[in-house]
Amino acid sequence: MKRTHRFAALALLLLLLAGLWAGSVAAQGSAPTDDEVNAIAKQLYCPVCENTPLDVCPTEACRQWRELIRQQLSEGWTEDQIKQYFVDNYGARVLGEPPRTGLNWLVYLLPPVLILAGAFILFRAMRTWMKPSTTEAAAGPAETSQPAAQDEYMSKFEEELRKRK
Amino acid sequence: MTEIKDTAPRRGVPVWVQVVIWTLLVALFALVAVTLNKRQQGSVQPGAEIPDFTLKFFDGYQHEGKSEIKLSDLRGKVVVINFWASWCKPCEQEAAELQQAWSEYADSGDVIFLGVDYVDTEPEARVYLKKFGISFANGPDMATKISQMFRITGVPETYFIDQNGVLQYVKVGPFTSVDEIRAEIEKLLP
Repeated sequence: MKRTHRFAALALLLLLLAGLWAGSVAAQGSAPTDDEVNAIAKQLYCPVCENTPLDVCPTEACRQWRELIRQQLSEGWTEDQIKQYFVDNYGARVLGEPPRTGLNWLVYLLPPVLILAGAFILFRAMRTWMKPSTTEAAAGPAETSQPAAQDEYMSKFEEELRKRK
Repeated sequence: MTEIKDTAPRRGVPVWVQVVIWTLLVALFALVAVTLNKRQQGSVQPGAEIPDFTLKFFDGYQHEGKSEIKLSDLRGKVVVINFWASWCKPCEQEAAELQQAWSEYADSGDVIFLGVDYVDTEPEARVYLKKFGISFANGPDMATKISQMFRITGVPETYFIDQNGVLQYVKVGPFTSVDEIRAEIEKLLP
């Protein structure tokens, strides 16, 4: 009976060790891939190489930044934490999209406001062009009533002529 | 005489809308103009008083026992501010010369050298500092605030500030000799 217990304890120990080993292998396997690094890198811009996203920037400075992202990912940092680290260290201009604070709101609000204003002006202008002007509208019926008035005059004139005969 | 009344409805964009649109457009153009003007100004020119800033040093670096320094605390001394980065190859050309110049003036207390590490990663920066045995106070340019204040055009760039906090000389690119550094410092010493 004791022997059975000993076997059971040994088996449990082996199971635990196997679990630990499997865990460490799994941890090694979770090293960040290039795609994971680039998913964050493409949202960042190095101030040295303006207008080139970090994921495709070939300079040494950018390579160092990508390595830093890889290291931070392997340490379990989240995307937001990594981006915040870069903002703290290198300024908000490293972000592909400016943060929605202060004057930066102009970048987000001004274009749609200007587009809407433009559309409104265009709509007003189009409506004006399509509709006949009020003076024309007022002049319209007068022109059309003229032949009728003339007819009346002519019929009266003819009637007078008939009477004189 | 009969009075002719304009009974036609008013057409076109209301005046207040026009005012808002024109104000926005003028503000937008002003913003673009100011930004472009700033970009084309180049680095701070000699004769300008340098605004105050604080530089926090890398671990292991200090000035008079402090881990950070304010430029205003250095009034009465000549301040040499060198912008560098570990990824910058021309910076390596002058690193030894800067360290040698610093070692010549360190004991006098009349001249202070500050290294500002621009857009760099700390592990690589530390390797660089160790490689060239840089002992003068060095720290990262957090959020690139200092480099933006000086409007640097690249690295390396070195700024010589006199005892009154006024910029006297700007060196763009690497120094070629210790004599070159010494000559600029001597001009500012009494």
